Amino acid sequence: MSSTDLRGKVAVVGVAESDLGQVAPGLTHFDLMGQATARALKDAGLKKSDIDGFFCASSYLPFPTLDVAEYLGIRPVYADSTNVGGSSFVAHLLHAAMAIEAGLCTTALIAYGSTQRSDGGRLVSPTTLLPWEEAYRPRYPVSMYALAASRHMHEYGTTREQLAEVAVAARHWAQLNPKAFTYGRGPLTVEDVLSSQMISYPLTSKDCCLVTDGGGAVILTSAERARDLPTAPAYFLGGGEATWHRSMSQMPDLTTTAAVDSGRRAFAMAGLKPSDVDVVELYDAFTINTLLFLEDLGFCEKGEGGAFVSDGRIAPGGELPVNTNGGGLSYCHPGMYGIFLIIEAVRQLRGEGGARQQANTNVALVNGNGGVLSSQATALLGTAEALG
Amino acid sequence: MTAPSTGYEEGLATGELRFQHCGDCQNAVFYPRVLCPHCGSEPLEWRTSSGLGTVYATTVLHKRGTDPYNVALVDLDEGFRMMSRVEGVAPEDVEIGSRVGLAVIEEEGAPLAVFRPLGDQE
Repeated sequence: MSSTDLRGKVAVVGVAESDLGQVAPGLTHFDLMGQATARALKDAGLKKSDIDGFFCASSYLPFPTLDVAEYLGIRPVYADSTNVGGSSFVAHLLHAAMAIEAGLCTTALIAYGSTQRSDGGRLVSPTTLLPWEEAYRPRYPVSMYALAASRHMHEYGTTREQLAEVAVAARHWAQLNPKAFTYGRGPLTVEDVLSSQMISYPLTSKDCCLVTDGGGAVILTSAERARDLPTAPAYFLGGGEATWHRSMSQMPDLTTTAAVDSGRRAFAMAGLKPSDVDVVELYDAFTINTLLFLEDLGFCEKGEGGAFVSDGRIAPGGELPVNTNGGGLSYCHPGMYGIFLIIEAVRQLRGEGGARQQANTNVALVNGNGGVLSSQATALLGTAEALG
Repeated sequence: MTAPSTGYEEGLATGELRFQHCGDCQNAVFYPRVLCPHCGSEPLEWRTSSGLGTVYATTVLHKRGTDPYNVALVDLDEGFRMMSRVEGVAPEDVEIGSRVGLAVIEEEGAPLAVFRPLGDQE
């Protein structure tokens, strides 16, 4: 079987968020996964007993598929707790497609939950730095992204104002999403971003993602079964993964991420190119991410990301809709954001985006990022029309 | 087998910055390992760096209760990169592309490799 044989074989049939933002006192990450799962099953028109494949990653749990399967009361015949940081859930899409296509399971649940905000805003993470890095007291992970930003600015003349444009666009999108943490707060200006508290130069607090609570669930099944379910299937058209490093000092070139590889693989499997993509959902933990991924995935040339995101080009009404839910910067970021990329992509493909819905959306790209630009996982999802 | 980290620490204790060299592919290796991450060969041999390098990337950390400080990635002339700090200049004035030289200082009871601007010294 060639990898392109996975194209269109499975579809996302259910998506849901749990409560987001600051959840009620006492709610745990398990509760948020349970809530999201119940909602996603309802969305899909499926029963819990239909789930026989389970995919989960967590910063809290070394054995998430065991703990969470017990909580949910499911007995998966196929389980995968691949943890590549925030990109895990996009990687799980590809893994679930393989497992379903191979007949190892029929209906797969991907779940995530975190109460990072309620936990006091600490990044609950088993991450340990190399001793050869830790001695210099970088702040993980923001300093690592700041180093990448510094290099991009040096090599390509990217400015802090251009980085700020990413946060400004995200805030605009969030004003169209009632579930966004910053919904109703009004717009952000470039000057607001530049004058916010400096965290790790050149990144201010407004160049950094939110710290929220939140959970999500995504349900996939075979394309054949999907056609019998009530919602329009979001077909899995292609996926790719790539990992080049773990530690920032080991990243070969701070201005180019492994999304070059993961994106190429996903596009090849899908038989698509960047100009075929209608909406783009990128893991924007920091403003520099969006620039790097737009370049590495082929939406603009290397080094042109700063100019590309300026003048509202990725904001509502711009040329390319990017992070239509408001992103990790303005919608929700509980520590591992990747599952929310998928949820928003599916909503856009179904036409459920409300005030932020993009017309004629048939192909959505999601790009998950894990570690410090370390792991990249890309997937392309599409409507029946895109499937052809 | 001696732990790879021991070779680095022993060097620092004598004021040297040590790195590993692969005899097969001739690449410099840092951080210390038991095999070459480029070609897979082992064992690697220890070498001592000249301590001369170029700033590759830089950031300034702003934390409550402490003065702003620098964290940088430095490309050593022997062909390896490490995280470190550039001292002897305001943290925001550390420039990418500038030449720096090693200084082994004592911090929290242990030797630490930091860098200082070379200026015209080279």
